[in-house]
Amino acid sequence: MTETVAGREIGSARRRSEDARLITGRTQWTDNLQLPGMCHVAFLRSPYAHARITGVDAAEARQRPGVVAVFTGADLADEQGSLPCAWPVTEDMRHPDHPPMAVDHVRYVGEPVACVVARDRYAAADALEAIDVDYEPLTPVLDMEQAVADGADLVHADLGTNSSYTWVFENGDLDAALRDAPVLIERRYVQQRLIPTAMEPRAVVCAPEGDGFTLWSATQIPHILRLMLATVTGIPEHRLRVIAPDVGGGFGSKLQVYGEEVLALLLARRLGRPIKWTESRSEGNLTVHHGRDQIQRLTLAAERDGTIRGLKVDLLADMGAYLMLVTPGIPLLGAFMFNGIYKMDAYSFTCTGVFTNKTPTDAYRGAGRPEATFAIERLMDELAAELDLDPIEVRRRNWIRHEEFPYDTIAGLTYDSGNYEAATDKALHLFEYDTLRAEQADRRERRDPVQLGIGVSTFTEMCGLAPSRVLGSLSYGAGGWEHASVRVLPSGKVEVVTGSSAHGQGHETAWAQITADRLGVPFEDVRVLHGDTSVSPKGMDTYGSRSLAVGGIALVNACDKVVDKARRVAAHLLEAAEEDLEFTGGRFSVRGVPDQARTIQEVALAAFAAHDLPDGVEPSLDSDATFDPDNFSFPHGTHLCAVEVDTETGFVRIRSYVAVDDVGLVVNPLIVEGQVHGGLAQGIAQALYEEAVYDAEGNLTTTTMADYLIPSAADLPHFVTDRTETPATTNPLGVKGVGEAGTIASTPAVVNAIVDALRPYGVRDVPMPCTPERVWRALNEQEGSA
Amino acid sequence: MIPAGFEYVRPESVDEAVSALAEAGEDAKVLAGGQSLMPLLRMRLAYPEVLVDLDRVAELREIRDLGDALFIGAMATHHQVMRDPLVRRHAPLIAQATATVADPATRHRGTFGGALAHADPAGDLPAVALALDAVCNVRSARGSRDVPAADFFVDWLTSALEPDELLTGVTVPKLGPGWGTHYEKFHRTAQSWAVVGVACAVRRERDAVADVRVALTNMGAAPVRATAVERSLEGVPVSDGAFRSAAEHAADGTAPPGDLHGSPDYRAHLAQVLTRRALTAASAR
Ligand SMILES: Cc1cc2nc3c(=O)[nH]c(=O)nc-3n(C[C@H](O)[C@H](O)[C@H](O)COP(=O)(O)OP(=O)(O)OC[C@H]3O[C@@H](n4cnc5c(N)ncnc54)[C@H](O)[C@@H]3O)c2cc1C
Repeated sequence: MTETVAGREIGSARRRSEDARLITGRTQWTDNLQLPGMCHVAFLRSPYAHARITGVDAAEARQRPGVVAVFTGADLADEQGSLPCAWPVTEDMRHPDHPPMAVDHVRYVGEPVACVVARDRYAAADALEAIDVDYEPLTPVLDMEQAVADGADLVHADLGTNSSYTWVFENGDLDAALRDAPVLIERRYVQQRLIPTAMEPRAVVCAPEGDGFTLWSATQIPHILRLMLATVTGIPEHRLRVIAPDVGGGFGSKLQVYGEEVLALLLARRLGRPIKWTESRSEGNLTVHHGRDQIQRLTLAAERDGTIRGLKVDLLADMGAYLMLVTPGIPLLGAFMFNGIYKMDAYSFTCTGVFTNKTPTDAYRGAGRPEATFAIERLMDELAAELDLDPIEVRRRNWIRHEEFPYDTIAGLTYDSGNYEAATDKALHLFEYDTLRAEQADRRERRDPVQLGIGVSTFTEMCGLAPSRVLGSLSYGAGGWEHASVRVLPSGKVEVVTGSSAHGQGHETAWAQITADRLGVPFEDVRVLHGDTSVSPKGMDTYGSRSLAVGGIALVNACDKVVDKARRVAAHLLEAAEEDLEFTGGRFSVRGVPDQARTIQEVALAAFAAHDLPDGVEPSLDSDATFDPDNFSFPHGTHLCAVEVDTETGFVRIRSYVAVDDVGLVVNPLIVEGQVHGGLAQGIAQALYEEAVYDAEGNLTTTTMADYLIPSAADLPHFVTDRTETPATTNPLGVKGVGEAGTIASTPAVVNAIVDALRPYGVRDVPMPCTPERVWRALNEQEGSA
Repeated sequence: MIPAGFEYVRPESVDEAVSALAEAGEDAKVLAGGQSLMPLLRMRLAYPEVLVDLDRVAELREIRDLGDALFIGAMATHHQVMRDPLVRRHAPLIAQATATVADPATRHRGTFGGALAHADPAGDLPAVALALDAVCNVRSARGSRDVPAADFFVDWLTSALEPDELLTGVTVPKLGPGWGTHYEKFHRTAQSWAVVGVACAVRRERDAVADVRVALTNMGAAPVRATAVERSLEGVPVSDGAFRSAAEHAADGTAPPGDLHGSPDYRAHLAQVLTRRALTAASAR
């Protein structure tokens, strides 16, 4: 049931009201906070990927000027607890202790081993150099395939294995499909390790206040963080207030409970003074959780006409050295997506989580779905090449047709809606597909040193995380609902509180647009509050493209409750029956007697004064609501990418990129466009530029932005974006979510295009990121073997 | 990413600057635009005791016409150099290469002299200075000396400057009629450093190559002239084939580095492709 509101605000491309302060920096980032008596903390970090700590001598550091205190892991061992993992994906999952500061072992380069608290950042940094740590180096475990082989060195000796868990999902008779299908496409793809690069580095400030503590953090999850800090430290939850002030991006990296956050709280408690820590970019590259890092072994079984029979997926997923907040669950979010938009009758998915001596991994924009989408979309292109079919045609033969929705997929989900035909037709038209294919043929014919390639990605994804019942069935430690409250103040202005925690998504604008339409008040009269556990008492925060599809619906529910209450009050004031009232444009009027009316602002004042309220109606016009979705939402779309590959140097230039996305109803087209552009940039970056590289000793070699390359606008094409609008049927707005779609869709589109350009040379894969050297090598290996 | 402590002096003239350097001895460092030095300080890879900041030495920012040469003051910023009419007219290779350096923010602070004094083999301007036979003008409390570019770049991050010496500017001979130049930079993103770069100047007489200079960025510990390419082209008629076969010698005698952006053999290959392209573009003018 979709009851789309045709208001003035929903659908309007308003500029984001928060941008002026975010862009000019005239706002409160965590690192801007200055509190009286505040001390600064700096962390000494392990230079070894794997070692035993045999001694720490901090005596000299304690004597350094400006130093207030020095703590080692041993000093805090009794109170620091273990960092939480909220997602025990199997009953026998191996879950090592994870002290915020290492006590006797270090297991990745960058793990904190000691810290200096000083009067300023400079004194803290200087004193770090005076701490002497003795290490006894151990062999680092760096390669996942070797890590799970017999006799491997162990990251956690006490666990007896480097495998954290193996998780299996099976549906249909895959053995039969593999046995009988005439076409088998077998591939091994590697999802390289990525480093989420938010504009704002992590920062935390913690201050003792009265009988509790206030902790400011550049986090995506103030609510979850509060609960977890209480659990880890034993400080009662009601004595903790967590504030996420303006936060400059996260992409999942701030969906975490970091050791530095726990330690800031412990230090503030020990010393009775405010504590601040802000990471540097290099420190961040070492220690924010990383993303992706999977080895995928895939087998796609198909008929000669291209009909898919089944798919087998075998994953090794790198957990890094420890399990963090949702580490083990991330690859499993992909379990439901490897089938993509296609019909098949057999599917098997096995994932083993592997410990290595590297930075822990966790959610990064897309979280499990980009990896899955890459695999299936690459395989579809490989199938097309094998059968000499157009890649669009092979997809058409397999995708769920629009009249087949709702559709129960082989991976156990119910896709509620979609129209892959419409999105694809639109994309093909905008892309000028046939013209580009003709140019490609011409360049091939001429043996042009610059070859043209065309890549297709017809993706879907699951977002709007998540139905609490489904999370429960996957053993996740919490629910997936969201909360909102709406207060119409006595003056008629409106305050909206959301449990979503915006960190760049533009909630303050979109939430005000929804509220303005639902209540019939001016956009300017609505203020959106978020990110402070004292202001927003409950919530599940922002990740998984959930804010609008879950939090936005909670807001709709809260608005509707306010209108219901206002209707009772208005009916009473107008001496009319509730059923006789119409509510439009913020006015309740008696049907047929339009000048007998009360505005919602008048009702709010009456509810505040409470002089004359109907029986059983409590004073004040406000409400609280939550929303727990019944199902995920399933954005989809068709992305087409054309690349020019310089076969002499291996350089890849994106010539054109068309993205037609279906994200359901759009509240603000400008925000959607921004999310798509940013998402595309990040997905393209995985295809072409980004990779966290470790050397043979386990040192991260990409600690600066000269080595960890991210693209700027100068490296990206002019994106052509458009939409189809198939409303989600599982929420009253028909919205789906757009935060991750661009990232999920674009990586395979780009790699498919590169491989398409090079297919005449015998190339059928280039490992990511497809650097110029790798493209050149792929060409050379073919020439060498031909 | 916090530098260790240091003393800071801010002279207002060259004389003051060189005496500050003389006084401070071995442990002083000149601070120009700071775009290379600040990262080294912040990563604690350099621990100078004194920084001599040239920001206020106005005379070092000048760009002057010397008749048959240009003088580019060491403190002229990249932004200033790439827009300067004299540079664009008489040393377009410098303007073209400078426009590929980093990003606008970095180009507003980073300086021509700093880019040479830093002697980073991955920097674009050392190879350009080498290709143009530029001369580095050096001052210290002990006196002045001129160091040809060919002798200035000694090793990785090592120039011929002594600790008490200041690079005051660079004299760049004007190229006369018949010359064409081109800088061919290969980098992975617009803001990143050259994997390999080729600075090239060609003088044509009728249809033959009368004079040619080719210098390579990031093909060794210091920028190098591709002498084998130069030798094989002198006096040869201009043709694609001639450029192609000459360019095959681009990596001869080089020892290119291997890093995340390219292995030594990939760099050697790139040097050949880029040299051919640079020769073609330079001689097309
Ligand atoms: C993000 C980024 C990207 C970059 N990309 C490129 C690029 O693509 N190509 C490129 O070529 N460069 C690049 N650079 C470097 C840039 O060009 C620097 O500006 C330049 O290398 C150094 O110039 P500076 O004025 O900043 O010198 P500083 O950093 O101040 O000094 C560098 C060194 O030179 C010495 N020095 C400086 N001036 C003098 C002088 N007059 N006399 C004696 N010694 C002196 C200093 O003591 C120091 O050792 C990049 C820099 C950054 C930050």
